[in-house]
Amino acid sequence: MKIDSQGMHYKVLNQKINEAVIQGITDIELFNVNGQRYIGDGLRKEVRINVHGVPGNDLGSFMNGPVITVNNNAQDAVGNTMNGGKIIIKGMAGDVCGYGMRGGKLFILKDAGYRVGIHMKGYKTLNPIIVIGGNAGDFLAEYMAGGVIILLRMFGRNDHNNIIGDYLGTGMHGGTVYIRDGIDKKKLGKGVGVSEPSAEDNMLIEDIIKEYAADMGLDAGKILNEKFEKLTALSTRPYSKLYTY
Amino acid sequence: MLYKNPYNNYFDYVVQRDMDKCIRCKDCVTQCSYDANFYDEERDLIYSLDSNCVGCMRCSTFCPTDCIRIVRNPDTFRINANWKDNNVKDLYKQAGTGGIIITGMGNDKPYKNYWEHMVIDACQVTNPSIDPLREPMELRTFLGRKPDRLEVNKDGDITTKLAPQLVLETPIMFSAMSYGSINYNVCESVARAAKELGIYWNTGEGGLPDTLYEYGKHTIVQCASGRFGVSPEYLNAGAAIEIKIGQGAKPGIGGHLPGEKVLEGISRTRMIPVGTDAISPAPHHDIYSIEDLRQLIYALKEATRYEKPVSVKIAAVHNVAAIASGIARAGADIIAVDGFRGGTGAAPKSIRDNVGIPTEVAIASVDQRLREEGIRHQVSLVAAGGFRNSSDIVKAIALGADAVYIATSALMAVGCTLCQQCHRGRCAWGITTNDPELSKRVNPEIGAERLVNLIRAWSNEIKEMLGLMGINSIESLKGNRDRLRGVGLSEIELQTLDIKQAGM
Ligand code: SF4
Ligand code: SF4
Ligand code: SF4
Repeated sequence: MKIDSQGMHYKVLNQKINEAVIQGITDIELFNVNGQRYIGDGLRKEVRINVHGVPGNDLGSFMNGPVITVNNNAQDAVGNTMNGGKIIIKGMAGDVCGYGMRGGKLFILKDAGYRVGIHMKGYKTLNPIIVIGGNAGDFLAEYMAGGVIILLRMFGRNDHNNIIGDYLGTGMHGGTVYIRDGIDKKKLGKGVGVSEPSAEDNMLIEDIIKEYAADMGLDAGKILNEKFEKLTALSTRPYSKLYTY
Repeated sequence: MLYKNPYNNYFDYVVQRDMDKCIRCKDCVTQCSYDANFYDEERDLIYSLDSNCVGCMRCSTFCPTDCIRIVRNPDTFRINANWKDNNVKDLYKQAGTGGIIITGMGNDKPYKNYWEHMVIDACQVTNPSIDPLREPMELRTFLGRKPDRLEVNKDGDITTKLAPQLVLETPIMFSAMSYGSINYNVCESVARAAKELGIYWNTGEGGLPDTLYEYGKHTIVQCASGRFGVSPEYLNAGAAIEIKIGQGAKPGIGGHLPGEKVLEGISRTRMIPVGTDAISPAPHHDIYSIEDLRQLIYALKEATRYEKPVSVKIAAVHNVAAIASGIARAGADIIAVDGFRGGTGAAPKSIRDNVGIPTEVAIASVDQRLREEGIRHQVSLVAAGGFRNSSDIVKAIALGADAVYIATSALMAVGCTLCQQCHRGRCAWGITTNDPELSKRVNPEIGAERLVNLIRAWSNEIKEMLGLMGINSIESLKGNRDRLRGVGLSEIELQTLDIKQAGM
């Protein structure tokens, strides 16, 4: 199904998408998207939504199941508290993407903004994954409690000094961040440790990158050529010493 | 340096035991979860380590011969009006540990309590009172956005499309207490009671255990900055969604569930590792303005297809009226204002006792401001923070609240004795603990029954009070400040509450 979103209020557009999903349509193509918010918000069906144009904030928030492909850039809060499904951004994405993410995958081709993957969760088989092809802003993985973030630093603006923001992983108490091509230790938040990925880690990275490369039309081998470093929390209770009673 | 902390010698309570009456049943030993009572087999004596006692009265309640007295420790620091015992004690504790002092429950400092300075009007001679035992008395309350005007067709049916509403059989709800801060049995007690009473309970920020989804129609699900347990199923399970911005006991800081309390069930519901501190950051990281708040409100509305009211809960702070106005304009259907006497499972003591304002004045100024701006009908107002009885509630509604939230008093109905140790996860009354053995001390059936009793009693008292004012519906009390008078308040206090001096 094709929907021309030109000049459409987000409420109307999302209503149309929702109606289509209820009717059982599984492929939806949106044209002329221009900042409409909440596309795919709360959708709980396995549908494919292909977005042409730039979707607005909160793309795919709270969703559980859909696969959303954006052929351009996206804005802030992509995949906010998302539960399952997949979002593929073939451009850049804004701030607070994947906030409180609980499951599913968020693949970004180029740079992502500030505070990405904050408070990501994970429990046993529920393991959200974010891959950022370019750079990331400050506070990446802050308060991270579970899941996986992979930062490739390959396809963004090529400013090598600024390749990742400050306070990386501040308050992290679970989950893993893998960074390709080494990181500047100065950028690390308190309480985060760097180590070599294990064989198991490398297998996980390989699986994820193969899927990412296929979605983005990239050469996985080239991405995997470089070494990755692994970031984990040094303590599961980073703030426990702060308190008394 | 060998240094014994004077704090170790000073403690709040002494366990006195009449050994003539003691039958050595050892109940006090098993009931105490703070290791304060011991049995010495050799000498066949029961001892107490007073410094461990928190004054929760679990042992004295259960002692079959009533031979235990928990008394204030007569041993005090030298009397000093400036350096009170707790100032001295806290200072020593911090010198010893370097830590921020954490505590539980609400602000216990002797700030002025405005409920105690307001009295309620009654009918005499000129306007008859109503007897609630014989005449219908309406307590039903609707929370949610009301339309600007109502359109009615020829047959008298309302044609205006109404925004979703919460329907309460009495204007009282159970305030947010998260699964994790209280255990499953207490959650179930509260949920059952809400269902039976036709009101709502609030999940707090810890998510909703799978087995409590059946209470969804009577549940307000919370979405806080930590986003614990916020799945699309969760959002759709509730009758309303509440965005937690702040809490009266700790305005401006985030939630904190100490790692001691994060066991398997909590880990699963919150999706964080066992034993970690569950930290909700101070701000929602996607909210830095009223516009951002609007974005989250509508993200939640879109996610639930505009079928549920969205509430925004804030702590009562100095400029609460302006903030509430912004929240109303951001599209919230309900605003919950939590005053500084509200309880908490864990908060820094310095913050709990010194930050925020009383809910009485907050409600008065928010209601006033929204009326002045002509948007009062767009949003319902729920007052929270330290309601102790039905008259506090009547006064809050007369000041402008649509309904109230209670939590501390609800826990007291289930057994809490206000010992303020909730953060330690060892609650002897089985409430704010996830220890499987201690949790068994609350039976959800009995807990629910006691909660239902409390709310029924309060509701009947509210009806009595409406009757004596000659009012037969709670709706007519709302914002009816003429039925209140101030006693012992200054002119500026009367002005802030917008009530008259008694006698006028
Ligand atoms: S049960 Fe409570 S009151 Fe009794 S000794 Fe233990 S801490 Fe003190
Ligand atoms: S509960 Fe009472 S009677 Fe039993 S051992 Fe303790 S003090 Fe003695
Ligand atoms: S809930 Fe338990 S620990 Fe907290 S104040 Fe009440 S009795 Fe004490």
